[in-house]
Amino acid sequence: MTKHSWAQELLRRPAGVAAAAWIVLLVVAAVVSSVWTPHDPFDTDPYSAWQTPSLNHLFGTDGIGRDIFSYVFAATRTTVVVAALAGVLASLVGIGLAALGSLTARWVRESTAVLIDILIAFPTILIAMLLSSILGGSLGVVITAVGIGYGVNIARVSRGEIRRVGRTDYVLAARASGVGSAGVLGRHILPNVAPVFVVQLSLAMATSILAEAGLSYLGYGASASTASWGRLLNDLQVYIAIHPGSVVWPGAAITLTVLAFNLLGDALRDATDPRLRARRATSEAIA
Amino acid sequence: MSPEAAGLEVSGLSIDIGGRRVVDDLSFSVATGERLGLIGESGSGKSLSILSLVGLAPADAVVAGSVRLDGRELVGLSERELARVRGRQIGMVFQDPLAALNPLHTIGRQIGEPLRLHEGLSRRDALERAVDAAAEVGLPDPAQITRLYPHQLSGGQRQRVGIAIALACRPALILADEPTTALDVTTQAAILDLFQRLVDERGASLVFVTHDLAVLARITSDVVVLSHGRAVERGTVDGILRGAEHPVTQGLVAAARATTWRAS
Repeated sequence: MTKHSWAQELLRRPAGVAAAAWIVLLVVAAVVSSVWTPHDPFDTDPYSAWQTPSLNHLFGTDGIGRDIFSYVFAATRTTVVVAALAGVLASLVGIGLAALGSLTARWVRESTAVLIDILIAFPTILIAMLLSSILGGSLGVVITAVGIGYGVNIARVSRGEIRRVGRTDYVLAARASGVGSAGVLGRHILPNVAPVFVVQLSLAMATSILAEAGLSYLGYGASASTASWGRLLNDLQVYIAIHPGSVVWPGAAITLTVLAFNLLGDALRDATDPRLRARRATSEAIA
Repeated sequence: MSPEAAGLEVSGLSIDIGGRRVVDDLSFSVATGERLGLIGESGSGKSLSILSLVGLAPADAVVAGSVRLDGRELVGLSERELARVRGRQIGMVFQDPLAALNPLHTIGRQIGEPLRLHEGLSRRDALERAVDAAAEVGLPDPAQITRLYPHQLSGGQRQRVGIAIALACRPALILADEPTTALDVTTQAAILDLFQRLVDERGASLVFVTHDLAVLARITSDVVVLSHGRAVERGTVDGILRGAEHPVTQGLVAAARATTWRAS
């Protein structure tokens, strides 16, 4: 066999499998946590402050006696929602602007390129501040800011890639075989742009988690009644010298999730490109 | 020059890019079953000329003049009408076979693509025909090779795939843009033999673009010499070898003699 679906190829990569498993676990945790957590994540109890990990409090408790495991568990919902919606919005903005900047009439194409350059000059944080000063801080502001901020990045990279692929000999050869413009775009240009897009998207989703943490810290993100890894990290980091064990949990959750998105993006790119697949196929063919 | 004339009739073809004239008043004709060589140095406009025959010149190129295939005017046809001509009536072979194949599609899918488009075959039927086509161009183990990707083939095999794609729908005219330039000398000879045989078998017309007179001499006797977008000399390969008039032609003859002498 030399032809596998990209899903089969993905399952042959340990890093891809581990990353996908972690993300599936997060989604499951997000769903479960909306109906059940071991303790109420916001329930304070001054008599059980700063407990070390035990069976009752798996990750211990913080300075006001909240169960850290329950809080981290409940905050997966925020993470999953932010990453998913920011990813969708970044894709829409990215694909829309990239298409407008590469497939249209010359003047539309070039004005879009200028627009992309202008938007890239605005830092995501500035977009978030602008939005929250009008609408007030919320997760919606974080999602919108990250979606636009990284969507523009995706647009710039994808636009360049669409134009590069559009000028290749294989696109010219496809047209010389009689393939129409829709077929050229759908069968030849977009599949060859997809790997770059997937990597950019995974980067955007990973960054959205960091951005949510950062923006929540600055007060532009989730309200205090929404559990968030970034907010917990911020609460605990004050005591890092006294209780270093507790800050590890939200830190590890953020790090592992960002890493998983990056690894999954790379594995997906490798799995969809026959040139990057295992060389085994070639030796089988020669034998 | 009757409109019913069978074959390709190019007259007064001119191409401007950015206000600069790159091909100037080029005329030639190839009757059905005949072959013509277009020869010239790089930058003489030969590749651009044959691309513009099927409307594939770059978007910023302004093409004027007339290109008739079996009496039908191709210049000015809509993109949709041209797409029905490309691959079905006119097949094209490119210079760099690796660059001209989509890296993400299997060989079978790429040979089958024009068949699905022009003959409306299903994926399965197209693949079956692709296996036959692969066998016809001398690819080893066709059933297996059609499942491979371009990077898994050798240069010569890739160009055989390129030829199989161009010939898939049995077009009456084949345009070949330096199809052997990217190959090593031994492979070149094999590919040229394959070209000879297939074009003969099908009774197709051929326009063969090259900068190498030695290669051209194996394929055809009729030649048009291009220089800076103009036809500067035309005749037979023998005639040109005996006495070239234009300095560009003399240069090409000298180059061909030098390679032949070195080879023998």
